[in-house]
Amino acid sequence: MSFISGSSERTASDLTVSIASPSDYLALLKPRVMSLVVFTALAGVLIAPTHVHPVIGFASLLAIAVGAGASGALNMWYDADIDVLMKRTRKRPIPAGKISEGDALGFGATLAVLSVMTLGIVANWLAAALLAFTIFFYVVIYTMWLKRSTPQNIVIGGAAGAFPPIVGYAAATGEISLASLALFAIIFVWTPPHFWSLALVKADEYGRAGIPMLPNVKGANRTRLEILLYAIVLAPLGLSPWLLGFASLAYGLLATVLGALMLLFAARVYFVRTGERADRCAKSLFGFSILYLFLLFAEIVGERLLAFSQRLTINLPW
Amino acid sequence: MTNAGEPEGITLTPAQLKSRRQRNVAIGIAIGFFVLLFYVVTIAKLGPGVLERPL
Repeated sequence: MSFISGSSERTASDLTVSIASPSDYLALLKPRVMSLVVFTALAGVLIAPTHVHPVIGFASLLAIAVGAGASGALNMWYDADIDVLMKRTRKRPIPAGKISEGDALGFGATLAVLSVMTLGIVANWLAAALLAFTIFFYVVIYTMWLKRSTPQNIVIGGAAGAFPPIVGYAAATGEISLASLALFAIIFVWTPPHFWSLALVKADEYGRAGIPMLPNVKGANRTRLEILLYAIVLAPLGLSPWLLGFASLAYGLLATVLGALMLLFAARVYFVRTGERADRCAKSLFGFSILYLFLLFAEIVGERLLAFSQRLTINLPW
Repeated sequence: MTNAGEPEGITLTPAQLKSRRQRNVAIGIAIGFFVLLFYVVTIAKLGPGVLERPL
């Protein structure tokens, strides 16, 4: 006798046995965000005035990357209910039905603990504490609290994305410096115009999901004004690595040109307010803002790696 | 309750078997990498001191 009528053998097809592949779990870590975190943390490690053993540097960056991935997984766990409502996020592993919410929570929490402990053992406990705070800030302060309650969500929450250079610098030196704070400030001020340019185009989707993004709450014109104001602050702030002496004049010139272009793109968003052209301007700013941050940090990383390779060449006996 | 001779438990579908195997392999690789990483980090942290030990 069987409890399942009409079936002599139970199959797993109706039970919640996972069919998630490793790539689904990788998607849970938000690999694109992870790559940006690794890149900015690498800049933090490289601007450190001390020598870092390559193995320790690599292991530290890996721990920071996994910590960022854990934040992404915990963010997707908590936001599964609104991710399913937006086209941009509908195909994520949880709303797509590939990974259960419980599995995502367990996966994210395990990786969070593992990444913090690893960074503490490999580098130092200040860096580990900063990484733990970054994960806490992104998951609890931003995802659980600010994101659904205030149009300033990404302004304050942006701090989570700006921490990696500070964590990287702390992993290399065991302290926090003005140089790492300057990199933090650049990412922090860059975040609002970056996300609001996307929010201008995706306002309907955010509205459907009930997320109070600035264009939905204060209107598109107020958002355009704030984008311009942040760009005005960002352009000179981008020069700070050169002014503080940890980047070259070449960086200073690059930051000047990129800052001027950022202002130009933001001004176009401010002045072009209607029609398809307004959407195109917002999309252009979104795309350029990614290039802006990438090029600034690539210049810093490139300069440091070049200086490092020259030191190696000088020290070689032949 | 099941009749004598009837298989007990559930039977996984081919898709579930395949994904479970993939996850197992991925976990195995991750753990192996983690062990190797800690070994290399330990050697790097000890530096030349790794050879200094009482005979």
